[in-house]
Formats: sequence, structure tokens, C-alpha cells
Amino acid sequence: MRPDDALPAWADYAILPLLNLAAAMALSSVVILAVGESPLAALRIMLTGAFGSGEAIGYTLYYATTFVFTGLAVAIPFHASLFNIGGEGQGMMAGIGVTFVCLGMGAAPVWLVLPAAILAALAFGAGWALIPAWLQARRGSHIVITTIMFNFIAATLLNWLLVAWLVAPGQSSPESSGFPPGTWMPTLAALAAPFGIAMAATPLNLAFVIALLASAVTWVFLFHTPWGYEIRVLGFSEGAARYGGVDVGATIVLALCLGGACAGLAAVNDVMGAQHRLVLNFTNGSGFIGIAVALMGRNHPLGIGLAALLFGALTEGGTELAFDMPALQHELIVVIEGLVILFCGALEHLFRPRLAALLAGAR
Amino acid sequence: MSDDWPQLVSLLAATIRLATPLVLGALGGLFCERAGIVDLAIEGKMLAAAFAAGTVAFLTGSAWLGLAAGIAAAAAVALVHGYACITHHGNQVVSGMAINILIGGLAPTLALAWFHNGGNSPPLVGAQRFVGIDLPFASTIERLPILGRLFGELIDGQTAPVYLAAVAVPIVAWVVGRTRFGLNLRAVGENPLAVETAGISVAALRYRALLCSGLLCGIAGADLSLAQSAGFFRDMTAGRGYLALAALIFGKWRPIPTLLACLLFAFTDAVQTRLQGVALPVVGVIPVQFIQALPYILTVLLLAGFVGRARPPKALGMPHVSPR
Repeated sequence: MRPDDALPAWADYAILPLLNLAAAMALSSVVILAVGESPLAALRIMLTGAFGSGEAIGYTLYYATTFVFTGLAVAIPFHASLFNIGGEGQGMMAGIGVTFVCLGMGAAPVWLVLPAAILAALAFGAGWALIPAWLQARRGSHIVITTIMFNFIAATLLNWLLVAWLVAPGQSSPESSGFPPGTWMPTLAALAAPFGIAMAATPLNLAFVIALLASAVTWVFLFHTPWGYEIRVLGFSEGAARYGGVDVGATIVLALCLGGACAGLAAVNDVMGAQHRLVLNFTNGSGFIGIAVALMGRNHPLGIGLAALLFGALTEGGTELAFDMPALQHELIVVIEGLVILFCGALEHLFRPRLAALLAGAR
Repeated sequence: MSDDWPQLVSLLAATIRLATPLVLGALGGLFCERAGIVDLAIEGKMLAAAFAAGTVAFLTGSAWLGLAAGIAAAAAVALVHGYACITHHGNQVVSGMAINILIGGLAPTLALAWFHNGGNSPPLVGAQRFVGIDLPFASTIERLPILGRLFGELIDGQTAPVYLAAVAVPIVAWVVGRTRFGLNLRAVGENPLAVETAGISVAALRYRALLCSGLLCGIAGADLSLAQSAGFFRDMTAGRGYLALAALIFGKWRPIPTLLACLLFAFTDAVQTRLQGVALPVVGVIPVQFIQALPYILTVLLLAGFVGRARPPKALGMPHVSPR
């Protein structure tokens, strides 16, 4: 970014992401046209599918919850200029941790099991980020490559655990036994019922509230604590951070482990909240969607919330779309996701100079 | 020994077959990374090529036209990467991830719409595929004892992409190590400013490096859909692009060591299918998943400096903004 491309904050945080999103949507429309469907009709089906009923909204928010966590997992290290591509693997490991607690402590009371499982998710997610973080801090190996490798290693580990140890007796597909109902994350519908509020039965669960809390805590942490400040200084300039007395190694480890912990919470939503068992590939690419969410949300918790809502709606709306337009399957959402990452991330400078020139001319 | 002989030969033959897309992909990545551009997009380039090659080979009935389409598709994807990374100084890692995810969705979407076959191409037959080529004089050499047998089972009768990969290694080593273009390429990956000062366009050089990577990744993708399988299948690269990148790093960004790393990773892949449930002396049964994870673990250990030391090109990942 050249200095003359500087934009006022409202343009940087609202107009630019919307322009990039519009470009991604325009290209997605071309793809929809190419397969012989109408983009407008597809948009209408997706909007109804995502927001048309209480059930639809519940599913949209359930998916959005996962994406808030995986988005934060990318965003926190990004403030330290560290690119965490390992959300997928960190989520898988957290799923294993959650499974250990839920299957091992199934008989314990709910108020004990839920916090224990959440702690396990945090610890396993952060733990899987710790090794790449330590290697980056102490041995200088590049975090991008290491976290990619750790995604593959986590996938093979999950595969091995499921096939060799956790597979349910008499079960041929690699999935664990179902968790005892006492360990399930309570759904918001069940929590609201005693107050006389009727909600559609969806997987939307308490993890949604945790996601809101995590976003708020992240905002306070990043922008209003010394540790968050040190993370941001490191991201801005490693030299300045060193000169300012920041322990660079410790800050790298802190930022990445917090990211890993957030990625771990996604497993609480998916494994404890919806599937109630450990299945192969349960993360289903949500760690990578987190990259799109963080880039679109400009690495700010509020932006991440909005971007996660967008991707939650795309996921749920895309499911409806696959029913109504058989030519458009789940992969279309993957296309949109890829285009959003391309335009909001790699091509973020595409419109910036033109927008800056436009605004400068208007003033 | 005579009992293990056929097993060993078939293991080596499988290694050569599995190494082919890795070698081509890794050499493609080598051009890109030695020029200072992070190449996470190997996976996407290979997948795009596999899809384009499968589609065009099905439509035209010619594997060679399919190969050309695969190369064109991979080069186009490489140019998108270049447009983001070189022209717009975008984040190279983000661009690579975006491309991989985009192609991962686009290829099955188009395949579903065009072929109505669950996101795969129709099965390819006959001249739509690459079949084994009988080398000249093969029958003479194969009459030799042992050597002739090895030649016959390992070298003779492989498909065109295998021979292309074998030829590509010395050519890439020569181009990168011994030509003016290769010298400029390496210089732009170490110190782009010096290259610009010498009056050479950094952007043009990097775009040419990306086209080279498109060429090689294109052959790799065509190998997957036209030689190893009979058509394009969704997600058919299955992480091979990342494995190729790991091999490139494990080979310390140099052609010959990269080839050896690819052969090692392909060998572990060939071994793991044969070791399923087999008890070895001393260690007992090794879980297949552990052998599958081995290339990734080795790469992490190398990058951490526990096995040798890998020094990446100095300007890798840094966009070059001309000072003027």
C-alpha cells in the first residue's frame, strides 16, 4: 500500500470490503450463468433458504458460530503478521479432546462435563498450534508451511484414532460411539423453552453465546490490553517490537495459541452441539472458510461476526440451492469462498487506488 | 531374495508412477519459488489441469490435445496468481490458498454441469488416455539378465508423462542452474532490487517463471486424469500439490534433491498400501496413517533445522514494489 492510497476508515472498513465482495459475487454469477442457471433466481433461493424461516435462521446462525471461531483463529495471529492456515487441524485435534471428555466423563454432572469439554477443546486446539508456534519462534521455520503440514498430520492422526481406537463397536464407518445426552451442548431452543419462547428445533446451541463472548473478549484483548498491544506492534514491525522490549518469541506463541484455542471452540459447536459423536473430516473445510471470514472482516471481531453471518447464510442457503437447482451443488459455495478470499485478500489493492483517487477528487 | 524380487520391482514401479505428478508439480513450484513467489497454488494448478485435460481429451478423443488444454489451464491459473501477487502486490499465501479453494469448487461445479456425472468427467477410453509406450530397442535390452528385467518393468512401457517428468529434471536443472534466464530467475528471488537496477524487469521475469510453473503443473495434472486414472474425478489431486511443495522444501529448492525427495515421498506412499496390517520384525505392525504422515513430519523436522538446514530464497513472499 502506497501512502497516497490511504483511505478514511469508513471506506477502508465498509466500502472496500463491499466492493471486493461485489466483484466476487459478479464472478460467481458468471459461473452460475455458465452452468445454465439464473444468478438472480439462485440468489432468491439462497436468501429464502438462509433467512426464510425460524429453522433456516437457526441453521444459518449455527454455521455462522463455527465460522466466527475459525475466523478469530486466523485473525488473532494475523494481527501479529502470522498466517495461521492450521485452523482445520487445530479444530480436528479439539474434536478429539472433546470426544475424550464426553466419552470418558459421560456419567459426571452436566455442570462439570461442559466446562471440562470446553477446556479440552481450548487446550487441544492451542496445543496443536503450540508446536508450529514454537518452531516459528525458536527455530525460524515458516508458520504457513508448518501449519499446512500439521493439518495433514492431524487428519492422519484423527483417521488413526477413529479406525484403531474410537470406532463404535459393530460400526464399519469410522465414527465414534454417540456421546451420552448429558454431554450434549444444550440447544438454544431447549434453553429458551422454560421462558415460554418457542424456537425451531435446530443445532443452534450454547456455543453461539460462547462465540459472541469470544468476539467481545478478543476485541478487548487485542485493542485494550498490553498483550494485545504487543501482538499488534509485532505485526506492524518486528524491529519496533524488539526495540520496545516485546518478547517476540513469547508473543508469537501467545498469538498462535490463542488462534488455535479459538479454532478448537469450533469443535464444541460441531461435535458437542450438533453431531454428538466424532466423525472423520467433521471440520469439512471450516478452517479454510475462516481465512475468508477473517480477510473479509478485516481481522476485526465485529467484521468477523458479519462475515461469518454471510458465510453461514451461504452455507445454509447453498444447501437449499442444491435441492432446488441440482446443477448447483455445495461446490458453488466453495467457488464463492475462493473468490471472496481472492478479492478480499490477495486482490485487496485492486480497487484501493481507484477508490482513493475517487475520494480525493470528491474532496 | 528370489521371492521378494517381484514384490520389490512392483514397489519400485509404483514409486515411479506415484512420483511423476510430484516431480512435475515440485519442479513447477521450483520456478515460482526461486523467482520469489510463494507457490501454494501447485494443488490448484494441478487440479485445473486435470479437469481441463480430462474434458478436452473426452471431447476431442486425443490425449495430446488434453495435455495441451491442461497446460493452458494451469498457465491461466498461474497468471491469476501473478496478477494478484506481481501486478497488485497481493499477499502470495492468500492468493495461493484462494486459488486452491476456487479451483477445488470450480472444477467439480463445471464437471457436474457439463457431464452430469457427479462432478467427474465421463470415463476415458482408448486414445483419450495416455497408454504405455514401448521404447525402441526395448526387446533387445530386455534379453539381458536382471538389468533387462529391471529395464522392462521399470523403464520400458511407461506413459508419456513419466518420460516427460524424467526429461524435465535435467532440463530444469540446466535452465535454472546454467542459463542466463535461470541466473536472472535466481537473482530475482534473492534480491529483486538488484535485478531491477541491472535494467531487467522484475515483473516480466516473475511472470515468465509463473508460466514455466504452469507448464510443468499442467503436465502433472494431465498425468493424473489421462494416465493414472481414466478421467477427471473431484478432488483427484488429494493434497499432492501440497506434498509436491513439501518435496520442494525438503529438496531445499534445488532440482536434483527435489527429485530425490519426490521419490522418497512416492516410495512411502507405495509402501503404505503394501504394509497394511503386515507385521514387521522388531517394530510390529505400523499404522498406515503413520506412514502417510511421514512426508509431512519429515518436512516439519527439516524446516525446524533438526535434519539439515533449508534456506529459502531470500525475497520469497515479499512483493516487489518498484522504488520509482
